[in-house]
Amino acid sequence: MIIETRGIGKTFGSVLALRDVSMGVAAGEVTCVLGDNGAGKSTLIKILSGVHRHDAGTFLVDGREVSFGSPREALDRGIATVYQDLAMIPLMSVWRNFFLGSEPRRGPAFDVARARRIAREELLAMGIDIRDVDQPVGTLSGGERQSVAIARAVHFGARVLILDEPTSALGVKQAGVVLRYIVRARDRGLGVVFITHNPHHAYPVGDRFLLLNRGTSLGEYGKADITREELTALMAGGAELAELEHELRRE
Amino acid sequence: MTAAAGRADERVARAGLVRRLLIRPELGAVVGLVAVFAFFAAQSPVFRSPQGVANWLDPAATLGIMAVAIALLMIGGEFDLSAGVLTGTTGLILVTLATRYGLDVWTAMLVGLVVALAIGLANGLIVTRTRLPSFIVTLGTFLMLQGVNLGVTKALTGTVQVSGLRRAAGYEDARALLAGTVEIGGTPFRVAILWWLLVTAVATWVLMRSRPGNWIFAVGGNEQAARAVGVPAARTKIALFMTTAFAAWLVGSILALRYTSVQANIGIGQEFIYIIAAVIGGCLLTGGYGSAIGASVGAVIFGMADKGIVFLGWDADWFKFFLGAMLLLATLANRLVRRYAEEVKH
Repeated sequence: MIIETRGIGKTFGSVLALRDVSMGVAAGEVTCVLGDNGAGKSTLIKILSGVHRHDAGTFLVDGREVSFGSPREALDRGIATVYQDLAMIPLMSVWRNFFLGSEPRRGPAFDVARARRIAREELLAMGIDIRDVDQPVGTLSGGERQSVAIARAVHFGARVLILDEPTSALGVKQAGVVLRYIVRARDRGLGVVFITHNPHHAYPVGDRFLLLNRGTSLGEYGKADITREELTALMAGGAELAELEHELRRE
Repeated sequence: MTAAAGRADERVARAGLVRRLLIRPELGAVVGLVAVFAFFAAQSPVFRSPQGVANWLDPAATLGIMAVAIALLMIGGEFDLSAGVLTGTTGLILVTLATRYGLDVWTAMLVGLVVALAIGLANGLIVTRTRLPSFIVTLGTFLMLQGVNLGVTKALTGTVQVSGLRRAAGYEDARALLAGTVEIGGTPFRVAILWWLLVTAVATWVLMRSRPGNWIFAVGGNEQAARAVGVPAARTKIALFMTTAFAAWLVGSILALRYTSVQANIGIGQEFIYIIAAVIGGCLLTGGYGSAIGASVGAVIFGMADKGIVFLGWDADWFKFFLGAMLLLATLANRLVRRYAEEVKH
């Protein structure tokens, strides 16, 4: 396990945002975090990525206990987060975005030729076929944009990739593109935390499924222990769904 | 992988040179430049003579230095309305210290530089710390400086101008460096033109080929996203405000050395001209996009129109009309160009 949490929790004032959640991420595996809105998914990933500090339980990286004070600390341990909305600057070219904040230097200058070449190579290595690294990111599709952000995180030495709802704003085809890159990152030996509320996106790529509901864990399941139907039912809150079905049934 | 790379390259070629050219921010300005030159050159032989060129490049140079600095700031997502008045402030400091307090010109200029950079720093700090719109913050600085320029000048001299810089120590050297002329092919050109070209070249290099250049585009494009990947957003913006202040000091000194006297109300209203030149050069008002060369081209268009109208013997009032028309046309052209460039997908 690269990352492990044991009974982790977080309160904001009097609000229990997350309590008693245990999960793990291993190299070359995808851990899916599933849950409805308000289930605590974003609190959990913000703890993992260093935005919030947990106040209960233990958080282990490489078997040692940690408590990150900033995203930079998480990044230094190889934990990179790709946020859905914060990923890219639309008016800037692909290669400028790719190296933003970590530009390669040659003397005092930004080594533009190298940046272009590496961006193109890294994207191709991830199987991302972008026509022209000079085109503004704004001209890419949503799926391509996520993919570029993933390739960037991989290039900058991420061992664990946290993906915050990368498929939620995408159509079926685009979501498929992103799922393919998740698998590709996994095959390169990265641990992936894939946050989603769509069990149909999670099931095909996940090795492990953490279900959250109202700030607490409904359990962590290996792929062998759960079927897609069970996952969907758990995710929707099986009983609630049955009730809703009953309620909505025509007289 | 080489095959894949080869395939990708082929598609670049197919995507077309046209789109590549159109996506350049300065395209609209260059088209405007050619049109305006053709218009005046066709009707006025003086306009196209070397003397004429030297004549309209002169206002373009001092405006261009400011427009380039303002363009960088606007790409970084901010405005500076105090830049015009600051050229007056630095000029007044130079002349006042050199004529009334016995400082030599170089020391007086140094004091002016320190004051200008301090004002730039203050603008930058207030904007980045409070997150107030720079439009409002620098409007405040603009009004304060305008008051100080007039108030202090009146208190010291009883009039609204300071003069007599010619008698100050070091004047001749400073004038040769900043406000003299150089002969090119028998025609005297203002040395300010060389400073302007240098400023444009340095600014273009910084924007396109340096790390801070990447940060300028990023903080103007999406400050939050830039911050998230570790770009020092506040420092970048403060540096941009200080660059603008530096440019104002340079232009203020050039003008003071050229005329040897400074009016206390100089520079008022210029701040919008700088912004207009930057916008004609392809800067977006919303930030994140633009070019230093474009801003310089915008400044040349201004210089041409300013002098061209005089050469044609028209009333100078028409300059304002021309200015407004140019601005409208340029923003419309930029919008069309950018839309076209961004619509071409896959």
